[in-house]
Amino acid sequence: MTGVTHNILEVDKLITSFETDRGLLRAVDQVSFVVPEGKTVGIVGESGCGKSVTAMSIVRLLPQPAGKILGGRVMFKGRDLVHASDAEIRRIRGGEIGVIFQEPMSALNPVHRIGRQVAEVFRIHRKITKKDAWDAATEMLKLVRIPAPEMRMMDYPHHLSGGMRQRIVIALALACRPSLVIADEPTTALDVTVQAQILDLMARLQSEMKMSIILITHDLGVIAETCDEVVVMYGGRVVERAGAEELFAHPLHAYTRGLLHSIPTLEKPPKSILSTIPGMVASLADHVHGCRFCQRMGRSSGITRDRPGFAEVSPGHWVETCPECYQP
Amino acid sequence: MSASPLLSVSQLRVHFPVRGGVMLRQTGAVRAVDGVTLDIGPGETLGLVGESGCGKSTLGKAVVRLLKPTSGSIHFRDIDITRVDQRSLRPLRRDFQMIFQDPAESLDPRMSVRSIIEEPFIIHGLGTRAERVQWVDGLLDRVGLPASAAERYSFEFSGGQRQRIGIARALALKPKLIVCDEPVSALDVSIQSQILNLLVELQQDFGLSYLFIAHDLSVVKHISDRVAVMYLGKIVEVATAEMIYRDPRHAYTKALLSAIPSPDPQARRAKILLEGDVPSPLDPPPGSAFGHRMGHPRYPETIGLDLALRKIAPGHQVAADPCCLTREDWEKLRTAHAGEAVDEMI
Repeated sequence: MTGVTHNILEVDKLITSFETDRGLLRAVDQVSFVVPEGKTVGIVGESGCGKSVTAMSIVRLLPQPAGKILGGRVMFKGRDLVHASDAEIRRIRGGEIGVIFQEPMSALNPVHRIGRQVAEVFRIHRKITKKDAWDAATEMLKLVRIPAPEMRMMDYPHHLSGGMRQRIVIALALACRPSLVIADEPTTALDVTVQAQILDLMARLQSEMKMSIILITHDLGVIAETCDEVVVMYGGRVVERAGAEELFAHPLHAYTRGLLHSIPTLEKPPKSILSTIPGMVASLADHVHGCRFCQRMGRSSGITRDRPGFAEVSPGHWVETCPECYQP
Repeated sequence: MSASPLLSVSQLRVHFPVRGGVMLRQTGAVRAVDGVTLDIGPGETLGLVGESGCGKSTLGKAVVRLLKPTSGSIHFRDIDITRVDQRSLRPLRRDFQMIFQDPAESLDPRMSVRSIIEEPFIIHGLGTRAERVQWVDGLLDRVGLPASAAERYSFEFSGGQRQRIGIARALALKPKLIVCDEPVSALDVSIQSQILNLLVELQQDFGLSYLFIAHDLSVVKHISDRVAVMYLGKIVEVATAEMIYRDPRHAYTKALLSAIPSPDPQARRAKILLEGDVPSPLDPPPGSAFGHRMGHPRYPETIGLDLALRKIAPGHQVAADPCCLTREDWEKLRTAHAGEAVDEMI
């Protein structure tokens, strides 16, 4: 390894649970990964795999009072966010860590003008005058390449298209020049051509502002195009973690392989039978101690065994070493 | 494909009136589908792609007469169904069915799975009670659901299983054509592939035709024989699936294809980044809609020009639009057709 790559964020054995009528559900089950400075880390998995809960645990935006972090550490620039005070986490969230949500319409307040919402971030985090905050907000809109920003400042969210709204949400997240941005399915609600615009914008802003990104998505195409490192989650756990090129070239876990093979691509012959993963994503309520993917495949051997270990099998390539699912 | 098509749509328009003012007079119209001509042959899948708001779902609904067309014609097996009233339409409906995007919304939560799938038989007065029980069990088995599913309710199932219920209902009357409106876009990838495989198998077993509507181009390419690309109420390009992906001619198709993220980090493609958004179908630009979005210098020429589909290669049609074609393609179309529109499909 040449040089020292600094990790801006280190998530270590994070456990997040939800209190429900059916008892305590473990949505995030000892998740560990790191985010190197200036890099993009993708978290990929199907619905209910715990990818969003992982991200929201980092900034402590869990639904209250049901969601609780029960263990582990989230080290951000030397501070443990799990144990930070509420005041401290509020300062960090929106300040040093920006968050981009999936649904731009619900992330924006429909009764306030765009300008007021963007300026508010500066008012809260920078304690500057109204006038300065307004100017800074106009600058932000320019930065996310919104045409005629001065006019747009006076618009309400419903005046804008989905792509424009997502640009505003990005402007909000980046307003305080954060060193880490958490983007939860930022382009899922958008059309492909608009998705391409937004991903391009994020990549450009990332290199301009030198920030790290955690990108949560279910789309392996988006992961392949934008991420340096990939974390694959299944059933609340990380099953595999590697550099993007390594992961796509040498997937080692049966689940990662299954996911990669089940997507139709432009290269596959038309109407060919796609490989599938049988069954469906296991409900968190059916918690097993052993291998969760064996549970989906209906392999009793893997379910009854102890929880598989998580090992670095080649430099930077980590995989859950269940004897059935780990296929070197 | 020159044999008689199963479905033949010609110059179809679906406009929704917009009312405003004190008297609620019509102040305008949303031109959701604005002059679409297409054919689907027996056993064929026609994929329909486009971005949200381009009118693809409206077109799908109009084709099965869930919406009333404003003008144009729809022929199903040479019967004109454009203006047939609902009562006379009913016996014809056996032959064309629809699968919807969100199976949770399209299945009645108060009905058991059995009654959902049985309902088409009852409406059409088919079979005795015992026969219907048998048919429903057969359909459940065919779409890969256990027989025990029949007595349960749709909300007890996952998204993928619900979509199987929707497919079983659509299959019940042994239709010839199924309009699939985004049938897999709400599903996880591993489930999506299960449903796509099922649709392909069913097509082979029953000789079904599909109008497959989706925004995901990889999915459409996978399942379609031919693909139609729609932009702002109009079809801008139609070709075989292979051809449209290998050799797209229309600028919008090219941009759309280049925007698909490829699941291979080695193959990061150069993207054609489009500026702006799809214009509103409430007030579409008078000329080439896509030329307008791109701010193309030749846009003024397209006002008043006939932008109908013309044959550019065997099995390949593209809108004759100088803004959206290469110079060679445009010259080729202009000289080959010298003004006359080709309206018969290849």
